[in-house]
Amino acid sequence: MSVDKNTVAKIAHLARIKVPDASLEPLVGELNNILDFVEQLNEVNTDNVAPMTSVVAATMVLRDDDITAGDCRDEVLANAPAAEHGFFAVPKVIE
Amino acid sequence: MTELTALTLAEARDGLVAGDFSARELTQSYVTAMETATELNAYIVDTPEQAFSMADAADARLKDGTAKAMTGIPLAIKDLFCTRDVHSCSASHILNGFQPQYESTVTQNLWDDGAVMLGKVNMDEFAMGSSNETSYYGPVRNPWKASGSEKELVPGGSSGGSSAAVAAEIAVAATGTDTGGSIRQPAAFTGTVGLKPTYGRCSRWGIIAFASSLDQAGPITRTVRDAAIMLESMASFDPKDTTSVDCPVPNYEAALTGDIRGLKVGIPKEYHADGVPEDIEKIWKQGIEWLKDAGAEVVDISLPHTKYALPTYYIVAPAEASSNLARYDGVKYGLRVTGESLDDMYALTRAEGFGDEVKRRILIGTYVLSAGYYDAYYLKAQKVRSLIARDFANAYEKVDVILTPTAPSAAFALGEKSSDPLEMYLNDIFTVPASLAGLPGISVPAGLSQDGLPLGLQLIGRAFDEETVLKVGGVLESAAQFSAKPAKWWGAK
Repeated sequence: MSVDKNTVAKIAHLARIKVPDASLEPLVGELNNILDFVEQLNEVNTDNVAPMTSVVAATMVLRDDDITAGDCRDEVLANAPAAEHGFFAVPKVIE
Repeated sequence: MTELTALTLAEARDGLVAGDFSARELTQSYVTAMETATELNAYIVDTPEQAFSMADAADARLKDGTAKAMTGIPLAIKDLFCTRDVHSCSASHILNGFQPQYESTVTQNLWDDGAVMLGKVNMDEFAMGSSNETSYYGPVRNPWKASGSEKELVPGGSSGGSSAAVAAEIAVAATGTDTGGSIRQPAAFTGTVGLKPTYGRCSRWGIIAFASSLDQAGPITRTVRDAAIMLESMASFDPKDTTSVDCPVPNYEAALTGDIRGLKVGIPKEYHADGVPEDIEKIWKQGIEWLKDAGAEVVDISLPHTKYALPTYYIVAPAEASSNLARYDGVKYGLRVTGESLDDMYALTRAEGFGDEVKRRILIGTYVLSAGYYDAYYLKAQKVRSLIARDFANAYEKVDVILTPTAPSAAFALGEKSSDPLEMYLNDIFTVPASLAGLPGISVPAGLSQDGLPLGLQLIGRAFDEETVLKVGGVLESAAQFSAKPAKWWGAK
């Protein structure tokens, strides 16, 4: 499988990365090189092989249902590029 | 008296306890050394004020008898560890100005034991790279140069600032993180020791995420003993990281008995890769002889899916990265580039904030997870990953530890491989398999190449058996007697 210019433009949109038209063509080549490289996995017979879901065999532990964090609005907002009235501020989305 | 910056972590610890020097004096010698080494570009941010106040606190602990092994030890911290109110940007422009309001568990553990922070060190952007050339803050220069050459070399990556700082003696030791080799390969390139613990041994909480099923923190140090001491402080069970494993942290230093008689060491035939220089094969053979001489039994093994580890990694890691890096949107922290709409703002911020390699991986990750391709790529890769882990499980029925080279070459020149992503990826050919299987691995400096550059050997152990890895690493280290240091070319003004 390989990608073309339109596909790259589509994935760039899905990833919310603005890619100028002039940069699409070089990306097609770069991404296809990587996709060609990973293609070799098709040689491997994976019938009846379960996909890995956990690297180390461990049981998920349940924690007590206690509030352990919170009441830290100012810390949460401390690094925001824009904050107003105790909220993150973004460009207007509703007319 | 020896210069304080020449001491290993264990020697510095012993000197502090004996009162030969104070933590403030030790810190001062590092702060001075750092000022003369700026051209290495190892540090992104120096934190001398914090260092001195931490050193004074350490001196108080040394006096009142509450000191631990790490008390008063000056460290370099990789930029992707969140450190409260201090630059933590994963060497990315998109986190521009980010100063976390909290501390990562690993660094908190180190501070609780009295360690001293010298500053934050450079790395590949979001840990994506093998040469430290993708950093927004520019490349790090390896303190080592080939004999008779003035060419600047890379320190490896992604923990290139960490490895360079330790090799240049501008930190006693450093924290690193390893996703596909990012601790072990830079250690090999700089003649230092790099230990990637078992996945789940160190908490990932407060470490800026790259690929969550692979990322693991570990130490880069001057000796195997230093790595044992530092890992013991870094490791813990942490309820804030659901993948951190609740098993006791042993006294790793006590594992360094030097006695490996009867231990079975596996030599995987698949690691004789094409195009690997003779130097590497030679040092590997030498390593086998050293372990035999020490009484270990060498066993030929096969890890049949080795060649598929790298392609598997380049599906799994970008997929997880594309998901993890979705959080950088110009709203919560870091860079914001405004546009005509909210959607515009996201796309423009991410276009300006991420570097080329990070963008490439986000795009690949987005593609392999997108509708219609998920099964063909991501699911397939996770199945092959199971087979790679199974290879190791089968091998550990016959052997206790596996010996391989760490990297397929010695350090290469700046710019030599940065134009071809695939060629760069091949650097991790020997380190990625253990990462995919979540196993602990260490790189120990074993000798010099024909050009006088350090070469590393890797030991891979069973899950949570860092003790055997360290023990055998210690034997390799003693046999190799690696004492070479880079000729100091920096700071001569």
